[in-house]
Amino acid sequence: MSKYKAVIGLEMHCELKSKSKVFSSARNSYSDIPNDNVRPLDMAFPGTLPTLNKESVRQSLMMAMVLNCETPSYMYFDRKNYYYPDLPKGYQITQMHSPVGVNGKITIQINDTYKDVLIHDIHLEEDSASLDHYSDVSLIDYNRAGVPLLELVTEPCLNSADEAIAFLEYMRLVYQYCGVSDADTKLGQIRCDVNVSIMDEDASELGTKVEIKNVNSFSNVYDAINYEIKRQTELKEAGKYDEVVQETRRFDEETGTTKRMRSKVDAIDYKYFVEPNIPKYKINKEWLEEIRKNIPMLPHEREEKYINEFGLSKYDAQIIIKNKAYADYFEKCVALKMNPKLAANYLIVNIIAYLNKEEITLNEFYLTPELLNQIIVEFEKGTISSKQAKEIFNKSLEERKEPKTYITNDNVQISDEELLKNMINNILANNESQVQQYKDGKTNLFDYFVGQVMKETRGKANPNLVKEILKNKLDN
Amino acid sequence: MNNTKTIEELHELLKSGKITSDELVKESLLKSHEIQSSCNAFVTIMDDAKGGKVTDDLLSGIPYGIKDNYSTKGILTTGSSNTLKDYVPFFDATAVFNLAKHGAIPVNKTALDEFGMGGTGTTCHTGVVRNPWDLQRMCAGSSSGSAAAVAAGVYPYALGSDTGDSIRKPAAFCGIVGYKPTYGMISRYGLFPFASSLDHCGVLTRSVKDAAIVVDAMKGQDKNDLTSWDSNNIELYKNIDGNLKGKKLFYIKEIANLNNYPDASRELKEHLENFQKTVELLRNNGATIDEVSMDKTLLNAISSVYACISCAEATSNMSNLTGIIFGPRGKGSNVIEMMKDHRTKGFSPLIKRRFVIGSYILQRENQEKYFVNAQRVRRLIVDKINEFLQKYDALILPVSTGPATYLDGSKDEMTNDNSTLLEEHLQIGNFGGFPSITIPNGFVGNLPVGVNITGKCYDDINVLNIAYGLESLMPYKNQIAKLKEERHE
Repeated sequence: MSKYKAVIGLEMHCELKSKSKVFSSARNSYSDIPNDNVRPLDMAFPGTLPTLNKESVRQSLMMAMVLNCETPSYMYFDRKNYYYPDLPKGYQITQMHSPVGVNGKITIQINDTYKDVLIHDIHLEEDSASLDHYSDVSLIDYNRAGVPLLELVTEPCLNSADEAIAFLEYMRLVYQYCGVSDADTKLGQIRCDVNVSIMDEDASELGTKVEIKNVNSFSNVYDAINYEIKRQTELKEAGKYDEVVQETRRFDEETGTTKRMRSKVDAIDYKYFVEPNIPKYKINKEWLEEIRKNIPMLPHEREEKYINEFGLSKYDAQIIIKNKAYADYFEKCVALKMNPKLAANYLIVNIIAYLNKEEITLNEFYLTPELLNQIIVEFEKGTISSKQAKEIFNKSLEERKEPKTYITNDNVQISDEELLKNMINNILANNESQVQQYKDGKTNLFDYFVGQVMKETRGKANPNLVKEILKNKLDN
Repeated sequence: MNNTKTIEELHELLKSGKITSDELVKESLLKSHEIQSSCNAFVTIMDDAKGGKVTDDLLSGIPYGIKDNYSTKGILTTGSSNTLKDYVPFFDATAVFNLAKHGAIPVNKTALDEFGMGGTGTTCHTGVVRNPWDLQRMCAGSSSGSAAAVAAGVYPYALGSDTGDSIRKPAAFCGIVGYKPTYGMISRYGLFPFASSLDHCGVLTRSVKDAAIVVDAMKGQDKNDLTSWDSNNIELYKNIDGNLKGKKLFYIKEIANLNNYPDASRELKEHLENFQKTVELLRNNGATIDEVSMDKTLLNAISSVYACISCAEATSNMSNLTGIIFGPRGKGSNVIEMMKDHRTKGFSPLIKRRFVIGSYILQRENQEKYFVNAQRVRRLIVDKINEFLQKYDALILPVSTGPATYLDGSKDEMTNDNSTLLEEHLQIGNFGGFPSITIPNGFVGNLPVGVNITGKCYDDINVLNIAYGLESLMPYKNQIAKLKEERHE
């Protein structure tokens, strides 16, 4: 492979979050009940007309801005015409002539290096219905028909499966951080088309491009790219590069290979033309400014803030930003005046581990930042030990009761210095021989005295304070 | 006969209790069956229709007809196509819904050229629609059944739709009024689409005032149609005064001047002479009418521009007719074969021809040459007309080349032999979304002919006023079709 360079372009489709669908008033939400969220337009009943969801337009424009794209002065849509059972109208309303964003660029991090990914365009369109195939019948579910879909098209500027995945993962985060999509691949909210070609390392002309359509998970994107690179390279090595033809293939999950769907000769002419039922309208400049102002802090910006302002390690910061829920949780903790490092530590060591073990999300996690704060506050005051804090954390989760219910007089630490001093004085007076042995050099008896205090207080004495007092008494 | 009266007259009778809404509906249904046997004007006659409450609303309790491409909740709506021969919508078109709010009573669904894509009334899946003035002649189309029924006196009005001239030409051939208001004044929601950028809702009546009353009730901004606009400040009926003094009109020499047609038939000659009489009549009553000249190349492009845009949009608009979700399921071993079977069997040859043309025009390699250029020329034509309308209140032109043509040998096949400017110029009204109305202006060979008045967008009141003023000067208001044998020729 060293002789050749892979050139990869991505088309990333992402379903947007909104109350209603992009061109109809049907609800836009995932439903297990088929054909639950359907209005007449979604099944293309004769005479129905599209409306336009302003929120979807806003979200698309925001993403165009995040990707540093040029935005158009006028908003209008196009029809992409083709027959398929998942496309009830026989055309998809999309944007071909004037996408919400063109000529963009975004910098992504791949391990420790940075790369600019060039964006050809980003456009708003509608999703198709979903098909369920059975042995003798196929069923159509129109819930997904008309769900707002944002399609992002990169330039062919990526050079490896790793880069492609880094880009996709970063974009997924960006969608989540901007609140425009849950971007959940498991629910099919992100789907990709991948273009792959190879070329001689020193060549200036691109090789023959092969498109792999509808790859539905990042790991499949990864496998599909690597398989294609391998396939094309082997053909090239064998002097059979002319067998690599411009065509559309699909990824076969079972075999981990790509299979031919249709060649360029059979490419569909989508007969695009401007959608006449959605009048072209001028995009208000003030509205654009308002959208720009409301772009939330992006993941890499948050990462920098965590490192520079909150003093987290890069490693910890990266773990936290990998999931918007983690980052939001962390920031809420900081807003509650928790020590950022302590909060980060709790999140990474205790909470994420718990979530993984229980296989739940942070949204389902009982201890909100406010509840966690009940533990942290007492711990920082020294009223409870770290061991106790951990116990309360677990108990609270187990019994789903507020942590403060476990912070009672029975289990709070004894941090009263006078009380401890008197107690220690008594213990030392009752153990004169041991004190003498300690002073003679048997220093490991120190733990014996600590143990005596703990015995007396049934383990509730603040250990640090006990050690401090003992040290003072014994060493002076 | 009561249903031959105007809406105002019927309203008076209903209010005073001289007749009941039930009686009107019964009479209308009776007449529907009579006209069905002679003219074949209906897809559905709603025999169980009942009278309604009479209020102060002019339309309350009065029966009317609906072109069968308007969705009607719970009532068969076919678009006069085999592809939807059993389709029963579960929602009302907004225009129909609005009329129901005014207490209007639908009594039948009228036949049309399949999906409005024809101008003869011969391509309906229920058979040919005949002209009530002469059963050997056509009503023109596509609002053929509506025109026939209104002309025959089934009721005072019926809904139509107009993509090229589908309201305004049948109105002329049937001796009645046909009005399509400015694009977007009436919501198209629920109207089966033909060509979305050209489609208009409208009405066929026997008087200008009736047209104003009905459109007042049909219109209004609709959240379901983004091309509809707020016309709350426009009250058509209330603003009709018919004052012609100072109105400035123009006609296009290249279309209406007899000298353009050296080989004119007797009918065409009479028709254009009659048009000049109408022009004189207007002049004598205080209006000025100028003959203006327009680039013949531009005018000659009208029919091709129309064909390109309408066929292209139609082929896309009707891609939902696959027999998968609604309509008879086609046969085949896979879904594409099933769609093919449904469409092959369902559509008439004329429509298939339009689809082929539309697809060809939209193909990547042809789009710029045909579709995009057609849109450019459309823009040039509209700009030119708008330029005239800066100076004038309205454009006035004769409709068609004369009275209704014979059905014999005149199947609508989109041939070029009838593509004279006189047959096609009404499409200008659709290109620009202009308000446009046809009213009867006389007889040629004992058959009615019409004249058309077209004005600026949103200037519907002005257009209706001129039409009303002219109508008042002529004896054709509220005329009912009389069959040849009844006319004692």
